[in-house]
Amino acid sequence: MLEGLLLGLAAAITPFHLAMVVFGCVIGTIIGMLPGLGPMSIIAIMIPVAIGLGDPTGALILLSGVYYGAIFGGSTSSILLNAPGVAGTVATAFDGYPMAQKGQAGKALTIAAIASFAGGTIGAILLMIFAPALSSVALLFHSAEYFALMVVGLSAIAAFAGTGQVAKALMMTILGLIMGTVGEGALSNMPRFTFGIMELQSGFSFITLAMAMFALPEALFLVLNPARGAQSGSGGEIKDLRITKDEARKIAPVIGRQSVQGFFIGVLPGAGATIASFLGYAVERNIAKGEEQAEFGKGSIKGLAAPETANNAACTGSFVPLLTLGIPGSGTTAILLGALIALNVTPGPRLMTDEPDVFWAVIISMYIGNLVLLVLNLPLIPYIAKLLTIPRAYLIPFILFFTLMGSYIGQNNATELLILVGFGVVATILRFADYPLAPLLIGFILGTMMEDNFARAMQLYRGFGFILERPMTLGLLILAVGLVFVPAYRARRARLRQAGVADGD
Amino acid sequence: MDGLPHFAAALLCNRPTNLAEKKGAFMALERWIALAFVALCCIYGYAAFFTMDHLLPAILQRNPIWPSTFPKILSVLGVIVGFVVLFSGKSAKTAEADTTKEQSAEDIDHRRLGDYNIGQALSLLALMVAYALLLRPAGFVGATILFLALGGFILGERKFHILIPVAAIAAGTIWYLVQEVLGIFLRPWPAFLM
Repeated sequence: MLEGLLLGLAAAITPFHLAMVVFGCVIGTIIGMLPGLGPMSIIAIMIPVAIGLGDPTGALILLSGVYYGAIFGGSTSSILLNAPGVAGTVATAFDGYPMAQKGQAGKALTIAAIASFAGGTIGAILLMIFAPALSSVALLFHSAEYFALMVVGLSAIAAFAGTGQVAKALMMTILGLIMGTVGEGALSNMPRFTFGIMELQSGFSFITLAMAMFALPEALFLVLNPARGAQSGSGGEIKDLRITKDEARKIAPVIGRQSVQGFFIGVLPGAGATIASFLGYAVERNIAKGEEQAEFGKGSIKGLAAPETANNAACTGSFVPLLTLGIPGSGTTAILLGALIALNVTPGPRLMTDEPDVFWAVIISMYIGNLVLLVLNLPLIPYIAKLLTIPRAYLIPFILFFTLMGSYIGQNNATELLILVGFGVVATILRFADYPLAPLLIGFILGTMMEDNFARAMQLYRGFGFILERPMTLGLLILAVGLVFVPAYRARRARLRQAGVADGD
Repeated sequence: MDGLPHFAAALLCNRPTNLAEKKGAFMALERWIALAFVALCCIYGYAAFFTMDHLLPAILQRNPIWPSTFPKILSVLGVIVGFVVLFSGKSAKTAEADTTKEQSAEDIDHRRLGDYNIGQALSLLALMVAYALLLRPAGFVGATILFLALGGFILGERKFHILIPVAAIAAGTIWYLVQEVLGIFLRPWPAFLM
């Protein structure tokens, strides 16, 4: 591990890569602060830039910098304006905004920055410990297990989608898989489902799809409803960034607990920063006693530290399945996976042995990124916060323009822009009806890999025999079925019970 | 196919709970989408089951897996899941969540689309399509200035002495960054000027 760390250090601490970390963190913070734009949209917008770099290590460093920058920026707007830029920082506003209203905006930002830093750093240490271990196990997997693992991953994402949403999330996953089969398949050079359209020969572009699924609907929602992401208040001036020793002592155990909890929630497919931050908040509120518990929601420093630590630790945790198995557990890591594939790097257990510099440089860059966020952003926050006053008549056309640019640069093809607008409209309609869109993108990106592994397993075992002949494959597939059916069964039971109560009334 | 939507609508009307009736329109969209998805899966499945295999060279037909195998599985799964969404009622919890959601200013209730800036949204979408069509003939700089300025105009900005210079500077800077820094060719001016 030490050898790897040194390799990572050598790769990450080049002036170019350091510049990428700083650039990524700053851009992420700035855009993440703008209400309504989530990390997925930001990363989607940055992908053409990252791919343009041509260097996989630099690209991954840049994109992961953007990722935690966005989460950090989101907490800033949560605290100052009660307008969370990203879903993962909604819980931050519960106590952060009341603190700002009390004139403690500076203190709240410091706590958020320290908590994020600690969560991210402890997460990176855990990643360093668990990723190699998981990688060495994963090396034993064959294509049959990979196929089964992907099925587990996709069903877990659907299972975590929430009550009553499981079937809808599954539907979106299948839609993503279906869209992934368009174009020339890996099995033969025969184009499939292109309906004779030349532009579809190479399939849909994942950047276009990512933009259409996330950035475009977000922007359209901002247009439709100006109240969305509007400044619901002003947190007052940012002054006095210091916290006292006593306060530090109070939040230290919270940070310790939530770093670990957040990390492991982040590792689970489908459960990302958002779930980690809400769960972290809830757990800490339940643990707190008496007076401290009553303070939650009214400006408790523990209530601020908990979600902030958890969401950053979860972001780091979500890299574990991506780097070790090559299976993304969230929309954001799915986009990262797409970017890596575009750069000819296939994440997975072989990444550590084949391209150790990429693997370790990313881990090292996480430490550096967290440090950058702490030392660079904290003093700059009052200035960056001024960005929040950009009028929407300027902001929205630029967001739309960047989504257009992103998909144009990727393909250099104006038809792609029409596909983008078309899919964007469809995605907006899907969001109206509460269909989750992340599973669609994850399905789309995993689809090709899944079919490849499925095909290899089928060829090796001359048919579906691999399911029964490999116990691990069978176990994983049973787990996948369970993941989908257990929540559905419980939702049904809850519904029946509720109906029973209603009858009694 | 035509009868199916009516069937779905009838199904909606028959739902007994009050909440469900209130949520009728909401469910309708949710189920319309599920129905469209089932239709899509049927077309996709038809293509996979009946149009692909005869194109396969004889030698590949001895393979246990064909290019159509995975799509066939997907289409069957898709139809099943689509029907589950189509026929399953909304759980009480989500319905409850929707009611609370309606109170928040942040979310959009598509049944009252008219209350939102739907005109602006549609105009911006039209503008994006126009940009896609104009990008090649008008050149990047011209099309981008036009896009940013008109976008601001649609959103209510009337201070053209600020809007147009901002759009021009942004278009120029982005063109420079993309072409010179990233090294991706973008034709800046209309074809007849080059």
